[in-house]
Amino acid sequence: MSLILEHVTITRPDGAKLIRGLTLNVAPGSVTTVMGPSGIGKSTLLDAIAGSLAPGFALSGRITLNGRDLTALPPERRRIGLMFQDALLFPHLSLAGNLAFGLDPRIRGRAARAQAVDEALAEAGLAGLGLRDPATLSGGQRARAALMRTLLAAPEALLLDEPFGKLDMSLRDEIQRFVFDHAAARGVPVLLVSHDPQDAAAAGGPVVALA
Amino acid sequence: MRAVPALLLAALVAPVVLGLWQTGRAAFGIMPALGRETPSLEPWRQLFALPGLGGSIRLSLVSGLGAAILSLLIALALVQALQGRLSAARAARWLAPFLAVPHAALAIGMAFLLAPSGWIARALAPLMDWTRPPGAASVNDPWGMALMLGLMVKEIPFLMLVILAALGQVPLARIMAMGRALGYGPGAVWLRLVLPAIWPMLRLPFWVVLVYSVSNVDMAIILGPANPPVLGVAVTRWFVSPDLAMILPASAGAILQAGLAGAVIAAAWGAERLAARLGPAWLARGGRGPAGAPGWMAGAVLRLAAMAGLVLMAAGLLAMAALAIWSLAFRWPFPLILPEAWSLNAWSMTAPGWRRALMTSVLLAGTTASLSLALAVAWLQAAPARMRAEWLILLPLLVPQIGFLHGLNVVFLRAGLQADLLAVGMGQMLFVFPYVLLSLSGPWRAVDPRLMRTAAALGAGPWRRLVAVRLPVLLRPLLTAWAIGIAVSVAQYLPTLYLGAGRVATLTTEAVTLASGSDRRVSGVYASLQALVPLLAYACAFVIPAWWHRDRRALAGAFR
Repeated sequence: MSLILEHVTITRPDGAKLIRGLTLNVAPGSVTTVMGPSGIGKSTLLDAIAGSLAPGFALSGRITLNGRDLTALPPERRRIGLMFQDALLFPHLSLAGNLAFGLDPRIRGRAARAQAVDEALAEAGLAGLGLRDPATLSGGQRARAALMRTLLAAPEALLLDEPFGKLDMSLRDEIQRFVFDHAAARGVPVLLVSHDPQDAAAAGGPVVALA
Repeated sequence: MRAVPALLLAALVAPVVLGLWQTGRAAFGIMPALGRETPSLEPWRQLFALPGLGGSIRLSLVSGLGAAILSLLIALALVQALQGRLSAARAARWLAPFLAVPHAALAIGMAFLLAPSGWIARALAPLMDWTRPPGAASVNDPWGMALMLGLMVKEIPFLMLVILAALGQVPLARIMAMGRALGYGPGAVWLRLVLPAIWPMLRLPFWVVLVYSVSNVDMAIILGPANPPVLGVAVTRWFVSPDLAMILPASAGAILQAGLAGAVIAAAWGAERLAARLGPAWLARGGRGPAGAPGWMAGAVLRLAAMAGLVLMAAGLLAMAALAIWSLAFRWPFPLILPEAWSLNAWSMTAPGWRRALMTSVLLAGTTASLSLALAVAWLQAAPARMRAEWLILLPLLVPQIGFLHGLNVVFLRAGLQADLLAVGMGQMLFVFPYVLLSLSGPWRAVDPRLMRTAAALGAGPWRRLVAVRLPVLLRPLLTAWAIGIAVSVAQYLPTLYLGAGRVATLTTEAVTLASGSDRRVSGVYASLQALVPLLAYACAFVIPAWWHRDRRALAGAFR
């Protein structure tokens, strides 16, 4: 059970190939880091896996997650969590509202959902901040909130697109630990895209270099 | 869903083309309803034999071109002068009253201001020892000066908003810093570097302003010369003449008006090509003006234009105030600055009339603006990226209304569509929808696509992404687009007149009719209401999002 890419090739609208025949097996609970200079197609690869490839881009090959073929599924049905450089909390919702937006719909009932959100807030060191406006949180608080929101949706894999790039050095270690520990605890495969060798070192898993 | 933009484009373009075609047939003598079946040039001979035609054409060109070019110059100068002090969001708030107030209401207010017995003359009276209004024709002047001033008060704020939006798309601060480091003054940098960078985004809005200026009717009826009037007014008079045969030369006049607008656009395009051809050599000469005073001449012109702009804006505000004061005046003899006695008589005596007109206006505006907003959302949902053909939605604004509306009325009648509220509403949609879509498309496309991808990754399908994320995040632009739709609908004069066959009375048609009457208090009532409806819609667009998002710093921008 893992995230498997088989002979994945991505073609740009102008016909140029961004990724050629990439084959990857990301094991549950492990972090695979994809490295390469900017413009090589790292983010496009994540778009392809998440199902949000821009119009005109073509994908060949096969992507499976826990045995399910993802290729034809819309992004909302792939069960893949996304994290970007920015936390991208929904600006019109409170912190708790953001987490509740992500929370698995299989958890039913107001009380049960509120409790799940509260537990997640506490787990992220954000207890009591549920009613806050996300715009008033610190960078570290936002990053932890974004990860909890992603995890509450019960994803079967995590894609991280340079998620630590904007954090200053003091926060960086803390958030890296936070993200990798939570992913490992849930036993989901994690694909990290970065151009920073320090991220790969912190992730501790296999490294794939695109060139 | 995919087909929505194409269908809407067709629904916008087809009426314009059909209306023009119908008008064109009548211009060449084919009007089966009048028993005319054979093509002929007779309508054109009649048109050119009409007295004052040459004067009308000249007036339209001079006042229209003058107003549009001066408006562009002054809008550029004002934005340049306020640069750094005025964000696009704050400017939108300050300019909102000018955008909201309908052309006719502003024209009536400007007449109250400029007339020999108006506020300006009253303010000058003590200095000039006037005890009676001076005899000068300061409104409806034969040169169309009052009309130009009225047009400019409406057009400068519109162009300023367009320029500010365009500036948001270029690295303005860096261009300025680089240009000035190379020894150019701020005005010179604007002319040489900033304007060429933003012009592609100003071109179509400027053309819309050009076409409106040379072909407007309602403002020209109120402020423009009477004999001869501008071409649009003359053609409207012929169309509504009791002599039905006049429809043929009127149609020829309408086609002439469309041709005039086309010629003006062609001239603007030609001037742009010429500037593009000669510009590089001029820039390559590297002239920086006399040493020690780089770009002083451009600077002086810009400062002068900015001053003129501020004066015009102040005049516009006074004009709006004059509407309300006249509607509440009981006795207001010359040369008093304020009425001697106040009264609600004008409001109460005309109540049955204005209540009906207000209901009709609100019904039309509410329906067309709300429907346009829903269609704009459907369009943007189906076509997230800009399409090549998108400029076509401006077609109804680039062809003079008079060129196709009478023909469209004939098309409607033949299709069995009565000249009534429904026909008027459909006609208004041609003008309301483009403004609503244009206003919404920028903010819609500016939403971070990663926000929507995050929502999808959290399991939200397309419908939930729209309703639970995009629409709430866009609450303010949605309401602003709606308010613009309300303002456009309330301001429509010709579509209501032609497609309602004169039987649908709105605040605007009543205000234009009453403006030529003798009772300023009554026209003050109608014009005040006409201005009030869109102003209230704009107020909603500011207050509702500010309240709704009061605890959301990233979204509550209105009162900061």
